[in-house]
Amino acid sequence: MSLFAADGLVMDFGGLRAVDGVSFQIEPGEVFTIIGPNGAGKTTIFNLVSRIYEPTAGRLIFDGEDITRVPPHEVARRGIARTFQNIELFEHATVLQNLLLGRHAHKRSRFVEELLFLPSVRALELEHREAVERVIDFLDLQPHRDNLVVNLAYGVRKVVEMARALCTRPRLLLLDEPSSGLSVEETEDMAFWIQDIRTVLGVTVLMVEHDMSLVSSVSDRVLAVNYGRPIALGTAREVQEHPDVIKAYLGG
Amino acid sequence: MSVRFVFKTSYDQDLGIFRDDVQRNWYLALLVGLLVLPLLIPAYVVDVSLVFIYGLCGLSLMVLAGYTGLVSLGHAAFLGIGAYTHVYVVHDLGLPWVVGVALACVVTAAVGVLVGLPALRMTGVYLSIATLAFALIIQEALTRWERVTGGLKGKAVEKPVVFGVHLGGDTAFYFLCLAFLIAGLWLTGNLLRAPTGRAWVAIRDSEIAAQSMGVNLAVYKTSAFAYSAALMGVAGALFAHKIGFLAPDIFTVLLSIQFLLMVVVGGLGSLHGALFGAVFVALLPVAISQARDSIPVWLSAIASPFGKEAGAATFLAVDQFVKKPGLEPGLFGVILVLFILFEPLGIYGRWRKIQLYFSTFPLYKRATFRRQKTYMRSERLR
Repeated sequence: MSLFAADGLVMDFGGLRAVDGVSFQIEPGEVFTIIGPNGAGKTTIFNLVSRIYEPTAGRLIFDGEDITRVPPHEVARRGIARTFQNIELFEHATVLQNLLLGRHAHKRSRFVEELLFLPSVRALELEHREAVERVIDFLDLQPHRDNLVVNLAYGVRKVVEMARALCTRPRLLLLDEPSSGLSVEETEDMAFWIQDIRTVLGVTVLMVEHDMSLVSSVSDRVLAVNYGRPIALGTAREVQEHPDVIKAYLGG
Repeated sequence: MSVRFVFKTSYDQDLGIFRDDVQRNWYLALLVGLLVLPLLIPAYVVDVSLVFIYGLCGLSLMVLAGYTGLVSLGHAAFLGIGAYTHVYVVHDLGLPWVVGVALACVVTAAVGVLVGLPALRMTGVYLSIATLAFALIIQEALTRWERVTGGLKGKAVEKPVVFGVHLGGDTAFYFLCLAFLIAGLWLTGNLLRAPTGRAWVAIRDSEIAAQSMGVNLAVYKTSAFAYSAALMGVAGALFAHKIGFLAPDIFTVLLSIQFLLMVVVGGLGSLHGALFGAVFVALLPVAISQARDSIPVWLSAIASPFGKEAGAATFLAVDQFVKKPGLEPGLFGVILVLFILFEPLGIYGRWRKIQLYFSTFPLYKRATFRRQKTYMRSERLR
């Protein structure tokens, strides 16, 4: 059974139909990539999956459960985490605090307990810290642990954002253009990390990406969209050679 | 002097209130200083009590504006609600003092929730305007609801009697306020190092990311409002005793703005900032009134070698100038503008720089804090 399924997603912004009947299934343990020219509706699909937008029509099914009407903050608790195209970190907090917020979906302490900082809260905090430290080790973020995000370079911020998403212990990780703004070397690192996330952590990845070298090196399947409509689905090579995809990118 | 590193051997160390033993000892020293302060400067005990009360107010607004990013222009209203609730419960209903403070806390928290609800849909300036409107409504309500508030005639406040102990003296009240401030600091510090505090900061920096990480915006924005209002309510109860007489025109928009000034001048986003701001706002009027008396004398002393008449004339001219009404709000304004221009991180930001200067002594670089243009998202929008 597929881990995630989108069924006939439609999203209208006023008169503009940004997503027009997109359906796809993601199998557990695969890296599924959505590609498409600018304005094709990729990020809109992302925002629909993470429930930030209310779909005009269609259904989202995660792990056999309909999540089309689940509020956005509940999505993380069910095991879906995401990053953002333009980096949405908490900039005036340290990397560690950012990552600890990634543990929010696992929060078990109550307000009054926290107010008094009871031993139970301290124990839970240590538990969160340990989970965060595992992610820090995994992504080699040790030197940046106590730095404020505002003081970090762009490439590091990208990694921190991915780390924050991993801290929620997701089963499905949504990466919105993980390589945008990165140098060639950083993009290569990113490719290795995405592969590790899949093979070592066993997390399924849904990704939007422009960099075709990254797409072909990590993706199991690729979905091409244009004008909100799916135009091709298959391996990276198949999709790249698909006549409709070539037409969408090059015109004609 | 050498650069000091904190050597960490367990995650537990990052959960403490203090960074390390050295920092804790400094705060203990400060506490001892505050405990003996009434003996050293008995004349100013009342003014320092006000610093403590304003400290609670600063904490309150710091949680909301500095940590959650919701700027309120109506916090004087919460102070008023707390003050009137406390006085009504203790004087009119005859309940114990502690019950008065507890109810002041609960009632303001409940009102805070009500005010917080529209905040779920409003951000930035719009929210500030909404809280401003709320403050005006409350002020009107305090004026009209004469049966409870005494209306424009006001309401006299007796000295506090806590658990049967009369705390009528200035020094006793000083310690009462200090105890409440320390408790408030401890509770707020606890929240800020726990998931709730992190969720607040997350909302301030990026609502959309907070939401995607599982933060329920409705719950945390409301809880920030409620907690902030509750602190203000407690401060209101103490404030009532401090001023000894309640009237609706005390809790004006101007007071709200003074609270905002406190957190901005102190330094947004730090508990230290709230306290520095409180010291500043509470003691500046004292300093001004002192200066009013002494500046003309000093200046005339400087001028007197040029002849007896020159001294007298200088005294008269300067005296007339400094006794002009409106000097105090003017000074507040000038200082605020100077801070925003030269030290946007407030007194606490300056304090950190001075600390850094000494801890890295011969190696301090001016350029460390040079402000430079950056084109990252956060800087562009601010």
